[in-house]
Amino acid sequence: MAKRDKPLVRPLSPYMQYVNAQTIHTMGFSILHRITGIALSVGSLLLVYWLVSAASGPEGYAEAQAFFACVWVQVAVVGWVFAFSYHFLNGIRHLVWDTGRGFDLKTSRTSGYAVFVAAIVLTAIIVAVFCARVGGTA
Amino acid sequence: MSQKESLRSPLGRVAGLGSAKEGAHHWWSQRVSAFALALLGVWFIVSLACLGSFEYSAVTGWIAGPCNATLLSIFIVTLMLHSQLGVQVVIEDYVHGATKTVSIVLSNFIHVVVGTLGVVSVLRIAFGVAA
Repeated sequence: MAKRDKPLVRPLSPYMQYVNAQTIHTMGFSILHRITGIALSVGSLLLVYWLVSAASGPEGYAEAQAFFACVWVQVAVVGWVFAFSYHFLNGIRHLVWDTGRGFDLKTSRTSGYAVFVAAIVLTAIIVAVFCARVGGTA
Repeated sequence: MSQKESLRSPLGRVAGLGSAKEGAHHWWSQRVSAFALALLGVWFIVSLACLGSFEYSAVTGWIAGPCNATLLSIFIVTLMLHSQLGVQVVIEDYVHGATKTVSIVLSNFIHVVVGTLGVVSVLRIAFGVAA
């Protein structure tokens, strides 16, 4: 291999020079997939805390119930439901892409908006069902 | 592909270097766990909705069922695997150098600890050790 005077400068992700009005929408949906993924990773701590408290006996579970009754925790749980809904639906969009379908700009943008709207609707349905059945968010 | 058309360098071929045949492993694991989680996630949300109550006896009674305990354990393990794969990609994109390696190992440890905690809790309820 020939010696170089200067180190080879390779482009690094993210390729910001390709950001324009046509790609900004799908980029937003893409980064939201990552953000909701991280939110679900952190939120899984709540799920495991709930299971640990249930395994610790009635006193431990009562503490967890008091914790989940807190308004901020309930807001976090609703956020978790949205993160689940979006990551779930957009994950299916990703799996469809993996079959080689839906890659063109128009389709990917339309499916992106469809997933975003459907995620909000799904969040509302899940929250409504749990409120009606349990009488509380968590 | 014949020997002549091979993209491998002669040196690489002689030294036996090259692909460890694991290039797609991370990608494929992420897809398979995603597919499993799509089914398990729906099962989990629908089950909780059908439970209708978050009282102690209702929740532990639900977890203790053999099918529920099995699916819940698989759900937690798959969730942790998928989460670890995803967090690793995010770390690889934004963290570099030694900090990257340390972050990934730390993330792996946390995922193993949290996943084990979840499964042990489910099994403790299922085997009736919890009071």
